[in-house]
Amino acid sequence: MKNNNLKAWLYLLPAILFLGAFMVYPLIDVFIYSFEEGYNSASQTFFGTGIYNYQYILRDPYFLQAVKNTFILVIITVPVSTGLSLLISVALASIEKLRRLFQTVYFLPYVTNTLAVGLVFMILFKKTAYTDGMVNLLINLFGGQSVDFIDGPYWAKMLVLCIYTVWIVMPFKILILTSALASVNQNYYDAARVDGTTRWRMFTRITLPMISPTVFYLIITGFIGAFKAYSDAVALFGTDLNAAKMNTIVGYVYDMLYGTGGGFPSYASAAAIVLFVIVLTITCINLLISKKHVHY
Amino acid sequence: MKENTFGKRLLKIAVYAMLVFWALVVLFPFYWMLLTSIKSYGSYNAEFIPKFFTLSPTFENYVSAFSAVPLAKYFLNTVIFTVATTALMLVIAIPSAYAFARLEFKGKNLLFLSFLALMMIPTELVVITNFTTVTNLEMRNTFGGLILPSAASVFYIYLLKENFEQVPNELYLAAKVDGTTDFKYLMKVLVPICRPTVVTVTILKVIECWNSYVWPRLITDDPAFYLVSNGIQEIRENGFGRENIPAMMAAVVVISLPLIVLFLIFRNKIMAGVARGGTKG
Repeated sequence: MKNNNLKAWLYLLPAILFLGAFMVYPLIDVFIYSFEEGYNSASQTFFGTGIYNYQYILRDPYFLQAVKNTFILVIITVPVSTGLSLLISVALASIEKLRRLFQTVYFLPYVTNTLAVGLVFMILFKKTAYTDGMVNLLINLFGGQSVDFIDGPYWAKMLVLCIYTVWIVMPFKILILTSALASVNQNYYDAARVDGTTRWRMFTRITLPMISPTVFYLIITGFIGAFKAYSDAVALFGTDLNAAKMNTIVGYVYDMLYGTGGGFPSYASAAAIVLFVIVLTITCINLLISKKHVHY
Repeated sequence: MKENTFGKRLLKIAVYAMLVFWALVVLFPFYWMLLTSIKSYGSYNAEFIPKFFTLSPTFENYVSAFSAVPLAKYFLNTVIFTVATTALMLVIAIPSAYAFARLEFKGKNLLFLSFLALMMIPTELVVITNFTTVTNLEMRNTFGGLILPSAASVFYIYLLKENFEQVPNELYLAAKVDGTTDFKYLMKVLVPICRPTVVTVTILKVIECWNSYVWPRLITDDPAFYLVSNGIQEIRENGFGRENIPAMMAAVVVISLPLIVLFLIFRNKIMAGVARGGTKG
């Protein structure tokens, strides 16, 4: 038994070393950083402890802009992508022909490089001297005015970011919902059909309650994912997100850490912890609500 | 009755119309990048109203994607990073999954619980210290700095452990009777039996590595160590002189292709693996 003990720890040693060095230690350290005032990464000194870092970022207009952007992004993309993926999954479940083909196509954005395909979205929406771009062409077709979605007004930029985010997160949601729908016991439907229940009633009274745990799972992971948005914004608007007024909270953390205007790990830590607290709070609220409304 | 079937047919048409519409939304950006990448620089910029097809496809953009910017270098870096990180991940994950699944030791449950708790930690929180650690070790702009912090992943340990546990105990006991060592049993019996899961975990990690952007961006500022994600950002901001969008799209196609091919080959494995708990990012 003692021999076995030693052997087990030996097998676990690599994992413990790596997780300890790159996850556990940093986790403790980030809290310490966030309370060290005036930390200098070159000399590794600081001149006090307190909540100044938090006060600083909460007064920083770039941080407030980032928080605003992130919240708008979350509030728009989570309901839209969840609703849309529910619609598509239900449609997908109701057909037999071409189902596999559709499933394969729908999953494609998951395996693409966010930065690379973001460039495609950029040229589709961008208005340049040479061309108004694909999307503006469509808008003109319906009698609208061309808008520069990449360097133009705030709402236009936000719209592109939301569209790209939804495009990116849909594959995961469709996949999860499709497998949830497939696992609903067919007997329920057969029984309902015998009773002459309408399709809509079957959907609201059988399907929706049966898959409600999955829907809530998707909403929670959707919230967490959208709060951590960053690379999609970089793909569309470039690395200087503050200048584009399109920064996100995660983007603010990285900008504080490194790059132009970087070198402030303490501010970055404080911002990261604020993000963590927001995500944690929303997850808890979601869990509380789901306890009341999710039927198993 | 007749009206009912008419309504049903109408619904079916609406369902297919919607599915086709979404398929177009998904595929259109891919079509557009492929199309733009084979238009010549001159003809692309001459089209005020972009054309949906081209009659004179050209490969010159692919040539300039590889010659005007060091795309091949970015590509090679990403391959090295992906292979090394994935291999290291397997070396870390397989033995620990085995220990959790088969071996009995003090504090096993507690340790496993704390591993699971680590899954809840967002990477954003630990990146800051890792950045400082790697900088202090003077490992910026090295493969070591890129690979080491990206290698460990609790989720894959968890997936492997679940699968290892499904293998009947009798096999282990029989191997023990034959005097096989634990390590030999793991490598010669367990891993081959659980190959599907090992493959799934490998592919998921490859996708993750190929697309990783944040950590490489923080840790490399020397283009000689850029991965494709940073490379494409560099190309966008400083490459190709004037905005040469066709060449940019050729680079995007080159970067996207390996994963799309991988996906088409391992479609079922990837989708099943993601459905079991992967998330984007």
